[in-house]
Amino acid sequence: MRRLFTRRRSSLGLVAPELRNPERELAHFHRRLTVAAALIVVAFAGLFARFFYLQVVEHRHFQTLAESNRIAIVPIAPNRGVITDRNGVVLAQSYSAYTLEVTPSRVKNLEQTIDELSDVVEIQPRDRKRFKRLLEETKNFESLPLRTRLTDEEVARFAVNRYRFPGVEIKARLFRQYPFGEIASHVIGYIGRINDRDVERIDEWEQTANYKGTDYIGKVGLEFSYERELHGTTGFEEVEVDAGGRAVRTLSRTAPISGNNLRLSLDIKLQQAAEAAFGDRRGALVALDPATGEVLAFVSKPGFDPNLFVEGIDPANWDALNNSPDKPLLNRPLRGAYPPGSTIKPFLALSALTSGKRTATQAIFDPGFYQLPGSAHRFRDDKPGGHGYVDMTKSIIVSCDTYYYMLAGDTDIDVTHDFLAQFGFGAETGIDIEGELPGVLPSRDWKRQRFSGKNYREEQRKWYLGDSISAGIGQGYNAFTPMQQAMAIATIANDGIGFRPHLVHSVENVRTGELREYVPEVAHRLSVKPENLAVIRNALIGVPREGTSARAFVGAKYVSAGKTGTAQLFSIKEGEKYQSGRVDERLRDHAWYLAYAPAESPRIALAVLVENGGFGAQAAAPIARAVFDYYLLGVTPGGGSGESAREGDDESD
Amino acid sequence: MANLVALLAKLWERLARPVDSLLMAAALALVGVGLVTLFSATEQNIARVLGQAASLGLALVLMWVVANISPQQLSRVALPLYVISFFLLVAVAAGGTVVNGARRWLNLGVGRIQPSELMKIALPLMLAWYFQRREARINLGDFLVAAVLIAAPVWLIEREPDLGTALMIGACGFYVLYLAGLSWKIIVALGVAAAAAVPLVWPHLHAYRQERILTFLDPSRDPLGAGYHSAQASIALGSGGVIGKGWLNGTQTHLDFLPERHTDFIFAVFGEEFGLIGNAVLLVLYLLLIGRALVITANASTLFARLVAGSITLMFFTYAFVNMAMVSGLLPIVGVPLPLISFGGTALVSLFVGLGILMSVQANRKLVKT
Repeated sequence: MRRLFTRRRSSLGLVAPELRNPERELAHFHRRLTVAAALIVVAFAGLFARFFYLQVVEHRHFQTLAESNRIAIVPIAPNRGVITDRNGVVLAQSYSAYTLEVTPSRVKNLEQTIDELSDVVEIQPRDRKRFKRLLEETKNFESLPLRTRLTDEEVARFAVNRYRFPGVEIKARLFRQYPFGEIASHVIGYIGRINDRDVERIDEWEQTANYKGTDYIGKVGLEFSYERELHGTTGFEEVEVDAGGRAVRTLSRTAPISGNNLRLSLDIKLQQAAEAAFGDRRGALVALDPATGEVLAFVSKPGFDPNLFVEGIDPANWDALNNSPDKPLLNRPLRGAYPPGSTIKPFLALSALTSGKRTATQAIFDPGFYQLPGSAHRFRDDKPGGHGYVDMTKSIIVSCDTYYYMLAGDTDIDVTHDFLAQFGFGAETGIDIEGELPGVLPSRDWKRQRFSGKNYREEQRKWYLGDSISAGIGQGYNAFTPMQQAMAIATIANDGIGFRPHLVHSVENVRTGELREYVPEVAHRLSVKPENLAVIRNALIGVPREGTSARAFVGAKYVSAGKTGTAQLFSIKEGEKYQSGRVDERLRDHAWYLAYAPAESPRIALAVLVENGGFGAQAAAPIARAVFDYYLLGVTPGGGSGESAREGDDESD
Repeated sequence: MANLVALLAKLWERLARPVDSLLMAAALALVGVGLVTLFSATEQNIARVLGQAASLGLALVLMWVVANISPQQLSRVALPLYVISFFLLVAVAAGGTVVNGARRWLNLGVGRIQPSELMKIALPLMLAWYFQRREARINLGDFLVAAVLIAAPVWLIEREPDLGTALMIGACGFYVLYLAGLSWKIIVALGVAAAAAVPLVWPHLHAYRQERILTFLDPSRDPLGAGYHSAQASIALGSGGVIGKGWLNGTQTHLDFLPERHTDFIFAVFGEEFGLIGNAVLLVLYLLLIGRALVITANASTLFARLVAGSITLMFFTYAFVNMAMVSGLLPIVGVPLPLISFGGTALVSLFVGLGILMSVQANRKLVKT
């Protein structure tokens, strides 16, 4: 036993050796307890010493402090910054209004108090519901709003009855207003009451003290992304309070510093023109200045009224917005990923020129379909008899599918992927509002990742030639956001240099007048030869002149360039003809149009998507025309925004 | 009639059998102090006080039930209880309810529970059970196993984030190791390592925690935040003087200068209204409770009982000390309630369960002194 001990001790040497013997073990335990007991006594003696110091030695000092401690520090919330469009038109502003607030910990019987209050000011069931919800969410030392935006009469009536309601008071609070309502709602976003998640965010910024007097915070859009610019610095007031805790007079005041103003690159008139051109159709439009990446218009239809959210949206409105099949809360330009359809063709053509798979003049014969060697399946062109002999320029102007089926059959998908990735497809564009989705630019790796896991078999992870053929006309796995599409066409328009899209043009510090302007940032430079780019740009000019979008651009007083596209939502059986009238409206194809103008020195580049709009030429191109007409010529289309073009029989995509 | 009296006497005898009267008296005195102070702290909100009293009822029932369970039986539930608590903590991390910005609660349909409270009981039981199994063979490896058993729940609670509770549970685990005979060399080495880790850990701390610690060192940093709270608590205590301002008369309390005055800062309310004399009485009550618990620990019959009783005792002390030190400005502000006095049903119940365990240990003590 003894030897075992020594050996163990020498090998470890860290465990107290006494533990091997029950009696010694107990003695050891008692020693440890004694040490602990001694520590406890010392610690409590220390506490007592501290109490003695505070309550006897320094009693006078603290008594003086407590007596003069009629000074409460009250935070003053700063004015939130104003958001304007590029011409200074106000899109979001704050105003002051009276609210009726209750501090639950000071009210003995809440229900009864609210009942009595409802005799003095109008309190609706939804006010009660909202108050209850707030009560559950927050600690009850804060005052919580029961009614907002009191009328002057209500304020006066409450003031008379105030003595009846301890713990209830009227406060002036700042509210947010969005004068344009639904217009550009997805860009501007909205603010709402600070919730637990926001508190975490504020903690992370180390801004807890700065949000002491603030009840609202940006939730979506620019209000969310630029929260820290817009919020400002909270001031505080030292007020003397009477024995009942009511403020008697102000001793000192550190004024709050208003938040910074945002000036957007958005042109609200252009935005209105674009939204009007959509009518009541669903979809998205992004217009960029190709030379800077500034966003000129950003449409997501349908929109929503951000004013509904500011004070907490009521359940009926929320259900209507959240459950609508039209998805008004979806930010389509950033979070809607759609197959690009034929709009991908100019990019693929440029890829073929760059890789040398095709020359501009090399022509193919299109019989109206394409077959893979050894397969009976026919990939159909939408022109039944085919387009005959087709070179690259014609392939873009008439949007010949067969040309691109063949090209896809000749090209490795990973080569295509790497080239198209230069435009930013399949990646976030880095625009300055949150929530962007990357979309999908397929490759072998992507497919393997996408179908990884137990639920898929190895065959489902492999890349097939058929996948390449579908991808070759912008169908298959491809899914791009309207923002990516706009950035891509702007890159073509700007000679291969793409700028990161940006919504805020400048940030203005109201106090110092300092103006911070956004400096355009190059997102990508294409590695392509200028003469190859010229082939593509030339072909794109042909599209509105004589090609698929000619009808929409009849009589235009400028030269534009564009490409139509139709994103199929469901496949048509071989030999069947797609007839939009026979298909349920929500299963109809999505219509795309990518364009820029003027063609030689572009000032605007855009992507239009009309959900379930049918052919791109019919639904999307007229919207682009309306936006160009307004932006370049100042012309507002009278009435139906290209409805006449919509009626046409131009069904070639 | 005589029958009924005899029956009642018998019933009382059965009810009182496992209850340790000294421990019980000290605990009830403390709870009484708590309810009286709570009435003042909540602006005479009797509903709050009654709510806390109702929790006390439940706590006493559970204490009695636990006191009737022998330490041997208790050691059998140690492992399952630990595993359940652990998975509840994982569930909280995955989908707990957020209150005041921290994810600590788990909604079980019938009500919300705070699994970290359960872990406060489960961890010492688990460690004591483990050391009991390894009795007379305990080596360094066992301490490493124990360290893992401590670190896993501490890490989960720290991430909620609830640094206060995480530190407390970590301390609770450490006490078991200490009582199980962890060598002083290692204890000192751990202390040195912890001190050395501060500069490494500092950059990774939550910003608001860094702020709290910095504010502790320099309260003027944050006039609207933690420094203000700490200063106001000191003013409350100091202005109370020797005899206090009298019940319901604390100006600091009633003019809204004290934060969290019914929970973590309730001691400031007490000290303001009852002064140094009140504080001394409070310290004596805690010393009585802790002293009695130490005696129970010393007389415990098995290693398991010793370790469990010892760590519960030291936890009582730690809570009381840390809270009072924090309120009186000796320690930075961490969210630790004052045991048996702060408002909070779950905490009260778990404290009385701890007392129940101590009573069970006492009832099953060694009868013959060796």
